[in-house]
Formats: sequence, C-alpha cells, structure tokens
Amino acid sequence: MYELKKVDKKFPGVHALKAVDFHVNRGEIVGLVGENGAGKSTLMKVIYGAYQPDGGQIMIDGKAVRFGNPRAAMEQGIGMVFQEQSLIANLTVMENIFLGYESQFVRFGVINWKAMAAAATKQLAKVKLDIDPGLVTAELSFAQRQLVELAKVLTLEERVQGNLVILLDEPTSVLAKEEVDLLFKLVRELTSRASFIFVSHRMDEVMELSDRIYVMKDGAVVDVVDRGLKTVEQIQHKMVGRNVDKEYYREQRQKPFDASQELVKLAHVDLVGRVKDINLTLHPGEVLCLVGTEGSGREAILRTIYGMRTPVGGTITIKGQPVSGLSPQGAVARGVGYVPRERKIEGIVGGMTVYENMTLSQMGRHSRGGVLRIAGERALAREWIARLSIKASSEMADCGNLSGGNQQKVVLAKWRSGGSDIMLLDHPTRGLDIGAKEDVYDMIRDMSEAGVGIVLVADTLEEAIGLSHTIIVVKDGAIQKQFDCAVGAKPSLYDLLHYMI
Amino acid sequence: MTRHFSRKTLLKWAPLLVLLVLVVFFTAINPAFFSLRNFARIAITSSPALMVAIGVTFIIIMGSIDLSMEGAISFSAVVFAFMFKFLGGTLDSWGWLALPLIVLCGAVFGWVNGMIHVRLRIPSFMASLAMGFVGTGAAILLTGGNIVKVDDELFRGLLTVRYFGFPIMVYVAVFFLLVGAFVQSYTPLGRNFYAVGGGEDLAHASGVKVRRVRVMGFAIAGAYYAIAAILAVGKIGQAESVSGANFMFISITSVVVGGVALWGGTGGVWNALVGVLIVSVINNGMVVIGLPDFIQDGMLGLLVIIAVVLSTDRRSIQVVK
Repeated sequence: MYELKKVDKKFPGVHALKAVDFHVNRGEIVGLVGENGAGKSTLMKVIYGAYQPDGGQIMIDGKAVRFGNPRAAMEQGIGMVFQEQSLIANLTVMENIFLGYESQFVRFGVINWKAMAAAATKQLAKVKLDIDPGLVTAELSFAQRQLVELAKVLTLEERVQGNLVILLDEPTSVLAKEEVDLLFKLVRELTSRASFIFVSHRMDEVMELSDRIYVMKDGAVVDVVDRGLKTVEQIQHKMVGRNVDKEYYREQRQKPFDASQELVKLAHVDLVGRVKDINLTLHPGEVLCLVGTEGSGREAILRTIYGMRTPVGGTITIKGQPVSGLSPQGAVARGVGYVPRERKIEGIVGGMTVYENMTLSQMGRHSRGGVLRIAGERALAREWIARLSIKASSEMADCGNLSGGNQQKVVLAKWRSGGSDIMLLDHPTRGLDIGAKEDVYDMIRDMSEAGVGIVLVADTLEEAIGLSHTIIVVKDGAIQKQFDCAVGAKPSLYDLLHYMI
Repeated sequence: MTRHFSRKTLLKWAPLLVLLVLVVFFTAINPAFFSLRNFARIAITSSPALMVAIGVTFIIIMGSIDLSMEGAISFSAVVFAFMFKFLGGTLDSWGWLALPLIVLCGAVFGWVNGMIHVRLRIPSFMASLAMGFVGTGAAILLTGGNIVKVDDELFRGLLTVRYFGFPIMVYVAVFFLLVGAFVQSYTPLGRNFYAVGGGEDLAHASGVKVRRVRVMGFAIAGAYYAIAAILAVGKIGQAESVSGANFMFISITSVVVGGVALWGGTGGVWNALVGVLIVSVINNGMVVIGLPDFIQDGMLGLLVIIAVVLSTDRRSIQVVK
C-alpha cells in the first residue's frame, strides 16, 4: 500500500539515497537496519515528509503523492514516533497528544478541556496507558512518554481515511527489557490498525519484531530478508560487507605504543547511572577505541576523563598522579584535550575568528599582565593553518563559515598547539566527506607518532578497527572485552558485534 | 557571494548610517541642530549614559542581562556624595580619594550581583532587577529622601571647564570608552565574554572558568555604573535616591539600537557608543525642532523601534522571546 520507487536523494557531496525501492504492506511490520551513515535516517525523513526526494516516486495505494512537509504526510496517514524527546515536557499529556490539532475542541474561541481529556483518554487506551491526561509530561517515565508518542500518532486513525504507516525510530533505546516486551506486544496488536516501520540498532529486536527486514548500506538497499530466513550474522555481513581498505586508515603508519608509561588510568570507576566498574589504561602513542552502541556508556567514559562527569566511585590517575574532583579546567591543565561530537555546540564558537578559537583554551599562555598578545596568537594560528592545511582565507576568518572538516582541524589545532598530549576524540569524522576523513586519520597517526595518547569513539566499526591499538567494547555501561589490535592481528567486525549486542 | 558580503558590510555599518541620517534629518528641519554648542549638549547627556551602556554591553555580550543599573547608580551617587564630604568636600583635599573608592564600591556591588546570579543560580534578569531595588532602597535609607549637594568647584569643573567646547566629563567618558574597548579586544577576560556568549558549553569544554567570567563581567559593569554615577553627580551637582532614574531604558535601548545582539556573542563597546548617540540625538533633536514635550516620550519610543528595525540583523533569528 505504501511504496517508494527508485527514490533518490542527494546532498552537497553525498549521495544519500541511491534509487531505493521500498514497500510496506497492510498490517506489516518492516525492519530497517544499517550502519550509521547508511542512509536510514534520510530514508525515514523522506517517508514522513521532512525531506523531498530528488528523484523517484512515492506511491500510496498505487497513486503517486508528494509531501511538502511532515504535516502533509500525516494527512495521508504517515506518522512518526520520535525518540522520547519530541514531547514538550512542560505541557500536559493531552496537550501534547493534540498539539497543532486543538481546533476540534474549540467552541467560541475557548478550548473545552473536558472534551480534550476524554478524547485523550480514548487515545491512551489504544496504547493501554492508564494515566491522567492532565498530567504534566515531565512527570512520566521514559517508557510512558514513548507510549504517549505512539498514542499521539494513533490520533491519525480518526483524522485520516485509509491506512496508517507508523515509523518507530529507535523506540527501545531508553526502555528496560520488560518495557520492550510490552511495547512489542502492543505493536503486534496494533497491526490490525496500522503498518509499522521499525528502526533500531539492536539487531535481535529487529529480528524478533519484523516480518521483513530492509538492509541498507551506503545509501542503497542491499538486501530484503523475510522473517527467519537469515541469521543475525548473515544480515550483519550484508550491513558492513565492504572490504576494509588498510591504506584508508593509514594502518601502515601504525607503530607499537610505549607500554612502559601510563598517561591515564581508570580503576573501578563508577558513574551515576548505568556505567559501572570501568578499568582502562592509556599509554603514550596508543589509540584506544571505545566501541559500543549508542547509549552504551562510551561517551560517558570519555567525558569522565575530561572532568565533565564526576565519578561516584573508583580512582582516576593522570600521568601518575591520582586526581579527585576533576573539572574540565583541571583536565586541560593536565594536558587533556577534548574534541566533541557536536562541533557546532562544543567544538568551535561560530562568530569568533580562527585564531580566537585556537587560543580559547590557552589564553593564559598568550597574555602578559592580563593583556593579550594578539600578534603572537595570530602567528601561532598561521603556523597551524599551514601545518594542517586548513582551508581558511586567513587566521581572521570567521570559524562559523569554514567547512566541517576545516572546523575539525581548528579544534584539533586548538589542543595540539596548546601541547595537549591526551586527546579525547568523540566521533571526529562525523559528517565529514571522505577526503576530510583521511586528513583526520593522518592527523591521528601524526599525534600517535608524537607520543600523544588518544581515546577515540569512532563513527563506524571499521574506523575503530582500522585506527586503534586497543579496542574496549562497552555494553550497557560495563566493559565486555578488550581486544589487542596490532597490525595484522586485528579483530573482525563480527568479533566485536558479538560483544556489542 | 558579493551580495552576501555587501549585506554583511551594510549590517555592520547600519547603526552608524542611522545616526548620520538622524543628524541630517534634524539639521534639515532646524540648522541650529548642527552646531558645536548643540553637539556639546548631546555629548554631556550622552556621557553618563555611555558609561552605563558600556557596562551593560559586556553583560549582554555574555548573553545575560543586567537591570541593576538604576539602583547601582543611585546607591553609588549617594555613597560618593557622602564619602566626598566626609573626606573634606573638595578635590583639593583627600576628597579625590572618593573617586577611586566609589569605582571600587560599584565593582563590589556588581560582584555581589554576579555572585547571586551564578552561585544561587538565579537568572541574571531577576537577580539584577532585585539588586537594583536593593540599591535604590539603600540610597533612600542613606539620604532619608533628601538631596545631597556636592558643590566643590573643582569637582564641578567636570561640567564647567571646557576644552574645544566640550566639558571635561566628555573627555573622561571617552577615556573610559577606550578602556572598555581595550578590555574587550586585548584581554583574556574580554575574549571570554564573547566565548561565553557565543557558546557557553564550548567555553566550558575548553577549560574556560565560565562562572568566574560571569561574575567578573558583572563586577566590571558595576564599576562602569559607578563612573556613570560620578558623571551624573558632576553634571547636576547633587546626589539623591533618584539619581539613577531612566538609565535602564536609555542604556539597554542604546545597546540594542547600536547592534549588540541580546542573545549574546556579537557587538561591542563601539556599538554601544553609536547606540547612545542615536538615542541622545533623537532626544535632543526633538527638543531642537520644537516638538511639544507631551509627545516626545511617545515619539522616542517609536523612533527607537524604527532604529532597531533599521540597524539590527533579525533575519537569522527564528524565535524572538
């Protein structure tokens, strides 16, 4: 009933969807899997109307349609259940459910709250949630919010003629096992009313729930698997199948690290939440990669070394000295540099120039008696612009106008020019094109040779395997396994996946 | 690309263009507007306002707001008057000591304001508004509602002694404008104001002591309010609990008209200068062209709205709160 024919989508520099064929039958649950960057989220956005395809057709019941925006898609019966954050926390449950569609309850310009509450209760009954619709959303648990999201989408049933298609985007990422089971039971029951598209990183859940699974890689559908016909391993092979090019990750430049010294040592570190009993050691020249699914705790560990999260137990030792009450300032003073995932938020200040960004963390070194020596700052910036071949018109250019890759180089230059020798890289290649990625890989090898210890959270598993000396697999806040990744003896993707999921 | 560039350039200079247009406009209606005497008059009214505007500019660059200026000025003015009298009542004796002391006192007032905002985690809007009332209240308490005269001739020289047609207080204001510009461009603290306003999380993640920067910003603002208080006392020769009245509107309006974004990260003291001049020129021009005083307030409001529309870049803003 819902069908995509040869749908194509291009972004500057990226061919995000390549002639994708996709269809959903009435009452069917379709799984959608792929690595980060395989095109899953682009495909979803095309389906619910946030993106318009550049080529191909969208068909509903055999008729071609075109959605200008998500609301137009909703009017054709296509709804999206976002992860829990799309509810507005300070509104009540019923206001969230009918957000944008309040007019049905308005009489003479006044909202009839009783009628809205009654209607909301009816919607909540569909998802078997027995709560007062007048509750403020912030008071609900994550699982309850997920169900409210679903109830909100199910209001389409009354508004739309025809069949519903509901997208579930990582609906289980914040749920406990029993809650997941309840959700799956509910979804199966609801197939009498709607079809579902289920997107998740958790392969076992996708296998359990879906009637058919679309496997995506590099913007194309590489396989469609019917229920029970293939094993998890076979699907994963399709997902990642490309040959990993050794040169791409500069493996020929990987040198053994100096195991006699320790830069950072975490011993039995516990954090608030799920992360428990973390032990790891970083040596000079080592690339240590934390691998795990989204929300497994790898970012939390990274942020702990940077002092942004305070451990509730265990000890952190930096360069042989135990530290307690570590703050980002303290970490910077000890030579730790942090390259965050969200470049725009935590990486560079847009509106400030390249040289201002580079010296932001080390202004003390560039000032005397409280007065900045701007000439010195600019000379330093010019040197690093040349060294990392940053494409900026000059050191006076606005950092916000640089491309993603060049912004990333500015962030790296900021720490390296300040002499940081412990680098924490959180998805350093996210959103970069191939050439810029290779530049970053080169920079990582350069830093290793200079004796810098690097803790990396990589964008893909291949990247993790290709770049690292050591891989630590994290799952549900606990370290599962440590792999040694000397050149020629690297673990395979399947070795890692086995411990991740 | 060139169009984009020219738009940017235009936006950068828009406040100055607005100022020039206003000058031409008022001169066309009454040529007497364009005279040294009148410019001196504008400069005199602008001087205390400029000090307040510079102080609040630093706060707004950080993305916060400070509404304590009226109370801070009244308080500083009154304390200054008493201190000046106590120390001899003339600049000839130890009375000069009151000048640096009151700037320090203003800085402490601002520091307390900043500590309340940062340590107690009260939004700057609320913390500073409350501190403003505390300042006004303290001024009333000290004076008992009376006026304190400061009639030392040497001190009144701020207004009465002129060089090149402008009184000394104008040169004092220019001096502290340059100090402000120096702090903004050549000190780590000034750079940090922009970093905090442009991306607080990032500044924090880069090891900047964000809370300290915030408190320091409020302290510097407080010092500038105290300088404004000295100029205001010098201008009229007396201090009272309403010495700071009306400075809130004129300073914040000036900063916005001058092109400092209220969400932080852009603008600077030069924008504050142009903004103050725009508002002062509007005020003065309305008198010079003989507008009846009962419509001047309304006109000022309207002209300010027009000036904001013309001189600020609102295209990139999605949500206006």
